[in-house]
Amino acid sequence: MAWFRKDKTGLAQQEKKNIPEGLWTKCKSCGEVVYGKKMEELLWVCPNCDYHFRITSQRYIELLLDDGKLELFDLNLTSKDPLKFKDSKKYPDRVKAAQLKTGKKEGVTSGIGHVNGIKVSFAIMNFEFIGGSMGSVVGEKIARAIERSIEMELPLIIISCSGGARMQEGILSLMQMAKTSALLAVLAEKKIPYISILTNPTTAGVMASYASLGDVIIAEPKALLGFAGPRVIQQTIGQDLPEGFQSTEFFLEKGFVDKIVNRKDLRSTVTSLLRYMWIN
Amino acid sequence: MGTGPYLEFEKPIAELEKKISDMKDFSIGSDVELSGEIASMQKKLDKLRTEIYDNLTRWEKVQLSRHPKRPYTLDYINAMSTDFIELHGDRYFGDDNAMIGGFGMIDKQKVMFIGQQKGRDTKEKLFRNFGMAHPEGYRKALRLFYMAQKFNVPIVVLIDTPGAFPGIAAEERGQAEAIARNIREMSRIKVPIVVIIIGEGASGGALGVGVGDVVMMLEYAWYSVISPEGCAAILWRNAIHAPEAADALKVTSPDLINLKIVDKVIKEPPSGAQNNLQEAAEYVKEAILGALDELKETPVDILLLDRLQKYRHIGEYDE
Repeated sequence: MAWFRKDKTGLAQQEKKNIPEGLWTKCKSCGEVVYGKKMEELLWVCPNCDYHFRITSQRYIELLLDDGKLELFDLNLTSKDPLKFKDSKKYPDRVKAAQLKTGKKEGVTSGIGHVNGIKVSFAIMNFEFIGGSMGSVVGEKIARAIERSIEMELPLIIISCSGGARMQEGILSLMQMAKTSALLAVLAEKKIPYISILTNPTTAGVMASYASLGDVIIAEPKALLGFAGPRVIQQTIGQDLPEGFQSTEFFLEKGFVDKIVNRKDLRSTVTSLLRYMWIN
Repeated sequence: MGTGPYLEFEKPIAELEKKISDMKDFSIGSDVELSGEIASMQKKLDKLRTEIYDNLTRWEKVQLSRHPKRPYTLDYINAMSTDFIELHGDRYFGDDNAMIGGFGMIDKQKVMFIGQQKGRDTKEKLFRNFGMAHPEGYRKALRLFYMAQKFNVPIVVLIDTPGAFPGIAAEERGQAEAIARNIREMSRIKVPIVVIIIGEGASGGALGVGVGDVVMMLEYAWYSVISPEGCAAILWRNAIHAPEAADALKVTSPDLINLKIVDKVIKEPPSGAQNNLQEAAEYVKEAILGALDELKETPVDILLLDRLQKYRHIGEYDE
């Protein structure tokens, strides 16, 4: 029995190392089953229906920035509990759990990097951190990313992924919409470009502030976008929602997204845009 | 006063009012002298009222903000200003009856009024869409903000909304974009902006017209990132937990002062604005004129810098 057990352990370890998501992956949208290793090559985009799986913020940094390098800023910002908020869990416990889960202190990673040699101020939201929700720290990190753009004259790129404002910080979360949007007004006056990239999902307080205020708004295919969540709308109007409602494609058709861009083309699209908007 | 309808926590007041009124009726048709009795009960009633209203829970205040007789935006505008000229339409899509606006005069002060409007009876409620604006409402407001800037007229915003409307048409026409744009543009409008939450201040629907130099709220108004019911439905998985959510979210005027989001609380008449519109409107008027006195003297570049700084520093975190 000994040889058998040993072999099995070795195999399991090997599997874990190479294909963290399991050997086969089933597409959440069309049900297509794809070999995990293949999915990694495809940047976690379904080869059958173009559904974009959620990937980590680190993966986006590797995809978009030169050498996958981001000089990190504001790393030590952490949430407080200004409302002493408690539902089934205390808010500080939720934050701690999110920190353990993600290995990050908060829901935004931000700093300075390059896209094909063009220096940019960059920020990305992490959905795994309490649904990418925007509290004081998320708002502050986005605000500082905008300020770096203004002060250092760098184009701004924000990749959004969020269910909206963070309820556990109450009205302070709502006010982050005003804080970030007011700074974007200053950025716009300086004629510095801002490219907003929307990923699945971007809704509510984030969509109703900085995510909607890009000079150019790019979105990944089949992402859920919008102001109100589909369930809230359904309950309000008391009827089923049309197929594809609030998808990226829906908002392109309605005129609120400039371009649907496949993940593999993200870097080249951003580069082309910046060459028009920023480089002489 | 006997103004009914009564909210749940007003029941003891209603009972005592009824007793007094019965006694008065009785005394008219009889020789028994009851005036002393009635006076003492009246005193008891006043005491009861004070007791109840001084100890309202957050959830009871939320209910009061939705009292069927609570004054709405146009009630205040008509009570405190003369020659109000309502202006309609966003010039793109249509006219949103949930959002009203226009020029008005408060004493000798010209202002541009903007605000959500609720309806009193069923027909009017539907006409006003319960005070829940569509994108065209926010775009109408923005058009009027720009016009106020063009003619150098200060802006007064009266907020009273259960939220921006969550519906299919609202999404199709870009509810999120409309609100985002308003928030950004309001931060740079070159005339003073005074914002008052007069009833319900729900989330992005409120903030979409809510960026200003001075933000005030009525004593029994509420202002929050999400309605207590909405929060309870998500975090407690049932809207019946709204009272707990209201406490957790800290939505009332003293809370908002503590959190430094609101600059001033405007006192309401005893037992709430619904009991005396004229008195309530007088307090609102004083607050607006007081705020404008100072803001009008501020040079535009300082005004905009102060407004930016006001929002720039909101948030609590460790570093």
